[in-house]
Amino acid sequence: MSAAATALGEAARPLDAVVGMVRRNGWALALLAFLALLLIFTKVIQPRYGVAGAQALAISALPLALAAVAQAICVIGGGIDLSIGSMMALTSVIAAVQMKGQPEEFGVVVVLAVLVLGLILGAINGAVIVFTRVPDIVVTLAMSFVWAGFALLVLASPGGGSAKWLRDIILGPFLNEWIPKSAIVLIVTVGLVWIPLRRSRLGLSIYAVGSNRLAAFRSGVGVGRTKIAAYALTGLFAALAGLGLTASTGIGTPVPGPYTLTSVAAIVLGGVSLAGGRGGVLGPIVAVLILQLIRSDMTFLNVDTNLAIVAQGAILIGVVMFGSLLQLRRARR
Amino acid sequence: MQRPGRVTRPRANGVAGTAGDPVRNLDAMTADPELLLDASDVAKSFGAVVALRSASLAVRPGEVHALMGANGAGKSTLVKILTGSVRPDRGRIAIRGHERTVHSPGEARRNGLVSVYQEPALIPDLDIRANLRLTHTPIDGFRHWINELGLARLDLSRHARELPLASLRVIDLARALSIEPDVLMLDEITAALPANLTERVLEVIGRQKGGDRCIVFISHRLIEIAAVCDRATVLREGATVGVVDVTRGSEEQIVELMLGQPVQGIAAAVRDAASAAPTDAPSRLEARGLGHGTKLVDASFRLGAGEVLGVVALEGQGQDELFDILAGAVRPSGGELLVDGRPVSFGHPADAIRAGLVYIAADRAEALLMQRSVRENIALPYTARLPGWGLIDRASERERIDRAVTRLQIDARAGNEVRRLSGGNQQKVTIARWVAGGVRTLLCFDPTRGIDIRTKNQIYQLLRELAAAGASVLLYTSELKEVQLACDRAIVIFGGRVIAELDAVDADEPALLRAAYNLRAGAQIPEAIAAKAVEATLARGDAPGPPPAAVAADAPADPVGEEGAAR
Amino acid sequence: MTPAAAVPRASTLRQVDRLFRDRPVVPLVALLALLVLLYEVARPGVVGPTWASGIVAFAIPLAILAGCQTLTMLTGGIDLSVGAVASMAGFVTATFVAQPGGWELGVVIALAAALAAGLLNGVGVGVFRVHPLIMTLGVGLVVLGLANAWQIATVTSSTGVPEQIRTLGSDRFLDIFPYSLVFFAPLALIILVGLRRTGYGRLLYAVGDNPIAARLSGARAWQVLVVLYMISALMAALAGILLMGLTNVASVTLADSLVLPSVAAAVIGGTSIMGGRGGYGGTLVGALILQVISALLTALGQPEAVRQILFGAIVVLVAAAYTRVTAES
Repeated sequence: MSAAATALGEAARPLDAVVGMVRRNGWALALLAFLALLLIFTKVIQPRYGVAGAQALAISALPLALAAVAQAICVIGGGIDLSIGSMMALTSVIAAVQMKGQPEEFGVVVVLAVLVLGLILGAINGAVIVFTRVPDIVVTLAMSFVWAGFALLVLASPGGGSAKWLRDIILGPFLNEWIPKSAIVLIVTVGLVWIPLRRSRLGLSIYAVGSNRLAAFRSGVGVGRTKIAAYALTGLFAALAGLGLTASTGIGTPVPGPYTLTSVAAIVLGGVSLAGGRGGVLGPIVAVLILQLIRSDMTFLNVDTNLAIVAQGAILIGVVMFGSLLQLRRARR
Repeated sequence: MQRPGRVTRPRANGVAGTAGDPVRNLDAMTADPELLLDASDVAKSFGAVVALRSASLAVRPGEVHALMGANGAGKSTLVKILTGSVRPDRGRIAIRGHERTVHSPGEARRNGLVSVYQEPALIPDLDIRANLRLTHTPIDGFRHWINELGLARLDLSRHARELPLASLRVIDLARALSIEPDVLMLDEITAALPANLTERVLEVIGRQKGGDRCIVFISHRLIEIAAVCDRATVLREGATVGVVDVTRGSEEQIVELMLGQPVQGIAAAVRDAASAAPTDAPSRLEARGLGHGTKLVDASFRLGAGEVLGVVALEGQGQDELFDILAGAVRPSGGELLVDGRPVSFGHPADAIRAGLVYIAADRAEALLMQRSVRENIALPYTARLPGWGLIDRASERERIDRAVTRLQIDARAGNEVRRLSGGNQQKVTIARWVAGGVRTLLCFDPTRGIDIRTKNQIYQLLRELAAAGASVLLYTSELKEVQLACDRAIVIFGGRVIAELDAVDADEPALLRAAYNLRAGAQIPEAIAAKAVEATLARGDAPGPPPAAVAADAPADPVGEEGAAR
Repeated sequence: MTPAAAVPRASTLRQVDRLFRDRPVVPLVALLALLVLLYEVARPGVVGPTWASGIVAFAIPLAILAGCQTLTMLTGGIDLSVGAVASMAGFVTATFVAQPGGWELGVVIALAAALAAGLLNGVGVGVFRVHPLIMTLGVGLVVLGLANAWQIATVTSSTGVPEQIRTLGSDRFLDIFPYSLVFFAPLALIILVGLRRTGYGRLLYAVGDNPIAARLSGARAWQVLVVLYMISALMAALAGILLMGLTNVASVTLADSLVLPSVAAAVIGGTSIMGGRGGYGGTLVGALILQVISALLTALGQPEAVRQILFGAIVVLVAAAYTRVTAES
C-alpha cells in the first residue's frame, strides 16, 4: 500500500524531501564539487596560485557568466538566443563611447540607459519571434547580424572608455583580499534579478512556457507575453555582460566575442535543458568558472592554450553525449 | 416538451416527449434567459477537416450536463472553443445571458469557464504548489477538494513530472473545483483513473448539483452519464443532433443519436469473400507467449496465409505493445515470434519489413511525411534501406505509384503536400505505401479510426482482396462491426493475454463484447446499459478502460496511470 | 465527418503565396534580378560578364557552405562546425606546401580530418541524439583548437597558398569564366539531382519531416545522419580550400565569418530549419543574393555594418514570409 501511496505523490518522510531536493539540484551540486576539486588540483600544480589567480578568474569569468545567465533565461523559457554576443558588443560599445571623457556621474546615467537598451533589444528579439512565428534560432541568428552591425556603426574599431567607478566596481578585492569584487558584482546582480524573478509569477510563467507550452496556455499564461519578457530579460543580462566587458577592459569592442556559443556550452554543462523548462542559473555560472579554470590550468601545465579550446569542446561533447545516453537508456526501459 | 429553467432531475417520461424531435427541443432552449451557458451554431474547420459544423450547447444552473458523441464528433473541439483554446470560425457564446468572445483560457477563467482537459494542464517541471500559484488557485480550497477526491496525502512539493497521470488528472480537477467556476467542463475526466478514484470523482461531481453553477461532463461511459448527469447533448459529425433528459432507459436514445444511420451495404459482399477463405492455410505468423513489461503478458495466436484475423480489446489491454513488437518498434521481453515457421527477432522496423510484416498505424501523423508529396510518401519504403539510397528509376516508380493510387482510389489533386489531403485519403496513402510493392503480412492498427464511411468500406474491401490474393492481415479494430465485415476469425485480448478466439460467424457484437470484458459466455452484462451502451463506449477509438464497477475486480494488477504514461 | 480536398480560392494574393510556397526559386530569382538592376542604377555600366564572374567566384565558397546547412537543415539539423572545418582544411593544406608530399598530401590529410570531424558530428547527432546545434558547436571548438595546435606545431615550416589552388580559387578563363565554377558546377549538380532523384535525398526529407514515419518505413535514421554529417564536413573542407585560393590567405579562422551567412543563404532559399522542406536551388540563389547585396553596399560606399544589418533584416523578413505561406490552413 505504501508503495502505491508514493506512486500517487503523497507526502513521505522529510528525509525523502531532502533526497528529492538533492536529486533535483544534483547536477549543480556535482558541478560545485567538481569546481572545488579543480581548485585543489590548481593549487597542487601551481602552488603560487592564490589571490591573484582568484582575481583573474573572477574578472575573466564575469562577462561570460552574465552571458550564460542571459542564455539560461531564454532557454528555460523554451527559446535560444544566438544574438547574445552581438547584444553584448552593442551595449558595450555604446557604454564605452558615451562614457569616454564624460564626468563620472554621467556614467551612472549611461549604465542605466544601457540596461534599458538591453531590455529593449531583447524585447525586440522576442517580439519578432512571437509575431512572425519564425523559429527562435533563425530569428536570433539574424538579429545577431543586426545588432553586430549597429555595434560597428557606433564604433568602427575598439575604443571609447569607461567611467572609473565602473572599473573600480569589478577590479580588485572586496573587504578580504580573497574575495574579488567582480564575484560580488556577479552575485549581487544575479541575485537582485533572478531570485525575485524565480519566485514571481513571471518566473513561473517562463518555466511553464518552456516546460509545456500547451499546458501553460491552458493554465492561463500569456505565452507570447511571457516569451517576450524572457527575451527582454536575456537582453538585460546581455547588457550587464556588455557593461562587464567595458568595465573589465576599459574600452568597447564592436566585434562580438565568442560569447554566444560559449554561453550555449555553459548552460548545457550547467544543467539547463535545451528543451526548456529545466535548470537554473547557478549551474551555468559554475560551469563558466570550471571552463575558465580549465583554461588557466592548462596554461599552468604548459599545455598549448589552444588545446584548452579543444578541452572545452570535448567536455561539451562528452557531457551532452553522456546525458543523451542516459536519456536513451531510460526511454528504452 | 421540457420546461425551461428546470434544475431538478426531469421526470422519467420526459424522454418520450423528446424522442421524436430532439431538434425542436433544442430551439426551445436557446431562447431561455436563465441559461448559465448558451452556445449556438458554433463551427470550426482545421484546414480541410471540418471539426464542427453547427454545434450548440445550453446548460442551466445547477445541472450536470453530459456532452456526448462518437470519436470525431467534435466534443473536444467544442470544449476548447468554449474555454478559449481554439477560436471558432462562427458561433455565439453567451454566459449568464451576456454574449462573450473568449480569446484565451485565462480570459475564459475570468468569465467563469474552466475546463479540465484530457491532457492535464499541469507544468511538468514545476511542483504542484507552483502550479497552483500559476493559476491563482487558493491553496486551502485546493486542499479541501484534493481531500474530497481521495488524495489527501498529496505532497505539494512534488514536481508534476514525477506523478502518474491519474494523480495529475485528479489534481487538475481539484484545482478547477477550487477556483469555483460557473461552468466546469470535464473532458473524459475518468478515462485514466483507477476504480476507486473514479468513484470519488463521480461522487464529488454528483454533489455539485443543484447549486448556482454547473458542470459539463464528457465521458464515453454511459454508466457514468446515467449516474451523475441530468441531461445530455449529443453531437454527431460536428453538429448537435439532440438533447436528452437522462433517465432510466434514455441510454438507448443517446446511442441511437450518436450513431446515426447504421452502416450496411458491403457486408454481404465482404462476408462472401470471408467464407471463401481457406481454413487450413499454412501459418504465416505465429506468436507464442509474447510479452512486454506488465502490459502484454501472454499473446499467443496464429495467422494463416490468406487470412484476416481480427484483434479485439478494450483500450490499453496490451494490443499497442503487441503491434509494436510485431512491427519491430520494440523488443518483446518474452515469448517467441515465428514468421513462416522460422523464429525471428526484430531490432528495428526494417527487420520486420524484411520479414514481410508491415505496419499501418491509426495515427496518420505517425505514418506520413505531411509536407511531402503523395508520391514520396508511397515510395518511402523503397528508399528507406541502404540498397534504395541510389538513383531512383522514375519511370518504374511512377508506374508503381500510379497503380497504387488507382487501386486505392486516392484523390491526389492536392498531392503536393499530403497534409492537404482529407483524412480518408491520407489513410489510403499509408496503406498504398505497402500495397504498392506487394504485401505479405499487413498489421493494421485501427486503420479506419476517424475516417468517413465510404473510405472505411473501401478499406474493408481492399483487405479482403489482399487476403484473397494470399496476403495475411492482422486487424485490430475498435469498431466491433468491422470484425464480421472483414475478418475470418478474431482473437480477444484482455489484461495482456489472448483470452478468446472466435470464428467470424460467432463474432457478433454481443459475443465480442462479452469476451472483451472477460465475461463468461452466457453471463449477462450488468444492468440496463447492456450491450448497446458498452458498444458506444467501445465503438470508437478513444474508448477508455473498462467501466469501474463492473470489471475492476477482474482487472489485473495494473500500476496506476501506466495507461497514460504509455501514450 | 465531411472530408473535402482543399479547394484553393483563386485570389491573386493566394496565387503569389502558392508560387512562393511551391516554387520559391521564382520569386527569389526576381529578387536577385531586382538587386542586379539596383546595382546597375548605382554604378551604371559595371554590370557585365566580368562583374558577374566576380560575384559568382565569391559566392561559390558561401554556396558550398550553405549547401552543408541546406542538407543538414532538411533533416531538422544544422552544422555550425563548417566554419572551423573549412578553415582547418585550408590551413592544413597550406602547411604542406613545402613538405615532402606537397600540398596534394595536405589536401588528402585535410579531407580525412574533415571526414573524422563529420563522423563525430554524425555519431553524436545520429546515434546519441545530441541536439545538432550543440554537437556541431562542440566539434567546431575541437577542430578549431586542434587546428590552432597544429599551427603552433608547424610554426617552423613555411606555409603558403599553393599556386594551383590559387588558380582554381581566383583565376578565370579568358577573364570571365571562374575556374572554381568548373569545380563547383558538378558538385551543385550532384546535390540538386541527389536530393530529388536518389533514395538518399528523399530520406533526408523524410527524416526531417517525420522521423517516426521514416523509422516505421524501415529507415535507420542514424545511418542517414552519419553519412550526412560526413558529406557536410567534406563539402565544408572543399569550400575552405577554395576560399583559401580565392582570398590567398591561409588562416585557422578564415571561414568563420561565413558560418552565419551560410545559414542565412539556406533560410533565404526556402529551406526550413524545422526539416522536411526546401532544396538546394533556392540556396544557390540565396547565396548569390547575399553576394550581390554585399557588392551593392560596397559600391554604394556603405560600411560592413550596414551589410550585416541588412543581411539580418532580410533573413527575418524572408523567413517570416515563408512561415506565413507554408502555415497550415
